[in-house]
Amino acid sequence: MGAISLRNVEKTYAPGSKAAVKVIHGVNAEIGDGEFIVIVGPSGCGKSTLLRMVAGLEEITGGEIAIGGRVVNRLEPSERDIAMVFQNYALYPHMSVFDNMAYGLKIAKVPPEQIKARVDKAAKILELSALLERKPRQLSGGQRQRVAMGRAIVREPSVFLFDEPLSNLDAKLRAQTRLEIQKLHRSLSITSLFVTHDQVEAMTLAQRMMVMNAGRMEQFGTPEEVYQRPQTTFVAGFIGSPPMNLLRGQADGQRFVVAGQTLALPQAAPRSGELILGLRPEHAEWGVDSAEAWRLQVDVVETLGAERLVYCRLGETLFTVRIDGTLPAPRPGEQVPLGVRADRLHWFDAASGQRIA
Amino acid sequence: MVENRPAATVLAHLTLVLGVLIIGFPVYLTFIASTQTAEQIVQNVPMSLLPGNNIVESYRLALFGGQTAYGSNLPPAAPMLWVSLVSALVIAIGKIIISLLSAFAVVYFRFPGRNLVFWMIFVTLMLPVEVRILPTYKVVSDLGMLNTYAGLTVPLIASATATFLFRQFFLTVPDELVEAARIDGAGPMRFFKDVLVPLSSTSIAALFVIQFIYGWNQYLWPLLMTTSEDMYPVVMGIKRMISGGDAATEWNAVMATAMLAMIPPALVVILMQRWFVKGLVDSEK
Repeated sequence: MGAISLRNVEKTYAPGSKAAVKVIHGVNAEIGDGEFIVIVGPSGCGKSTLLRMVAGLEEITGGEIAIGGRVVNRLEPSERDIAMVFQNYALYPHMSVFDNMAYGLKIAKVPPEQIKARVDKAAKILELSALLERKPRQLSGGQRQRVAMGRAIVREPSVFLFDEPLSNLDAKLRAQTRLEIQKLHRSLSITSLFVTHDQVEAMTLAQRMMVMNAGRMEQFGTPEEVYQRPQTTFVAGFIGSPPMNLLRGQADGQRFVVAGQTLALPQAAPRSGELILGLRPEHAEWGVDSAEAWRLQVDVVETLGAERLVYCRLGETLFTVRIDGTLPAPRPGEQVPLGVRADRLHWFDAASGQRIA
Repeated sequence: MVENRPAATVLAHLTLVLGVLIIGFPVYLTFIASTQTAEQIVQNVPMSLLPGNNIVESYRLALFGGQTAYGSNLPPAAPMLWVSLVSALVIAIGKIIISLLSAFAVVYFRFPGRNLVFWMIFVTLMLPVEVRILPTYKVVSDLGMLNTYAGLTVPLIASATATFLFRQFFLTVPDELVEAARIDGAGPMRFFKDVLVPLSSTSIAALFVIQFIYGWNQYLWPLLMTTSEDMYPVVMGIKRMISGGDAATEWNAVMATAMLAMIPPALVVILMQRWFVKGLVDSEK
């Protein structure tokens, strides 16, 4: 029921006028029924706008959005069979928890005994049963968040939309709620679109994730695909913490020249021309010397406990390496060899930023 | 910063007591006068500051009218109080309804000339009743509304102040609440009734008090447009009881009527005060 199709979806503010701004550029995606999709990107990338277009809160100025096979471009939010959880929860301050959850059903003229049954059921799932008579201001942040989810659940929609619902919670509660959302999705199996700027949320919750940048969809795939085979330099730099090292230079198959430094390349790297080379901080082999090893100069070391982040210089370029916390800490200024495996390297076209191999 | 200096406390209390005396003494004087007979008030100079024994007779005379000790006829104040009450209530409630709706339209609907409409409402702040009194009189008279409740209230109902106040309040209501209501399937009027009005309840209470007193205290407009005795509000009635020239004034009845005219606004303030405080304590919107 809850499959979503985005076909060449576009959004322009003030279309036709001089001040027209295009914020979503032709997004295409097919989302299966019951999938959990995370839309992730930096602030201002259009991820919330896209979600609000699915919700019907923003007009669609180009393309088509279909929910369950039905084009919804012209439908009111309440007719789209969706429910939304807002960042600030948007609970009605003057209504009790029960009335907040029941309001949509009351408007839909669901019989009172059925409303009560549905609210009670949702309250039980979310452990809100004892709080039904309270007003939102008498609840903690985490409880309000659960009420907002409860309000979505009682509607029994075919799509859940989440607009950064965890960003107002503290770190501990966020991790806990993340798990709860995952469990909830497993038990209800309702198609979910979840917008966040937090890549940990994206990686942990998503069955598939959509990485957005400047109104364009950069990549749409499973978290593993996005991490292991980023399609663009933007995705490579956005997903992963610390981000992937990206080196712009010239390659001729044997060597890669970057910022005056000549790096030996593994034999299996037959590249030529101007390229961007990507290598994740955790994929370099620290201290493994060979003829092909790169030579780095240690700049700063950060010790995080389980691991250390070593910020090095490769000629003029900064290069981050993540090493195991049990390895001895390198001293600033020290020269260290770095082993590089061909299958860990990512190659991008220098002009377009698109992945080559 | 909480300071604990006895001298400051004494000074503060002294100031407050003085303030209360300045406000309270005329009211006390009015009350005392209403308990004496007309002769006592006129003959004792200065007037006695102790209550007399004529209280029942003074208030009976004020409320129900009748023959006075000097032989003149006093009109009863009870119907005038009723006229005042009805028009003050209609003005207060009407103002609140109209300004809630117009603020709702100005804030939540996009229609051509929205800004112009808002500024037009705003500009009427510069046109109080006194300024537009002749054209308004002409309109009311042409519509045959002289000596009616409609004539007493309708020209005073439109309120830019209240519209402006509600507009400012609506602007602070988060957009997400509107969106949540849209997703819940609430249409504009449903959202207005179920969300905006309950959220505005404290502003409504505050405005009700202000506008009730405004309506109750109207003097110039009723003076102009009522000619029949059964449509006189009490504020006008008091003035009419003070006869000029040679005729004697029944000061005890005048003062009793003044006391009676003070009671409804005072009651409104005292009863609604609890709402103000509640609104101030539950500040979360």
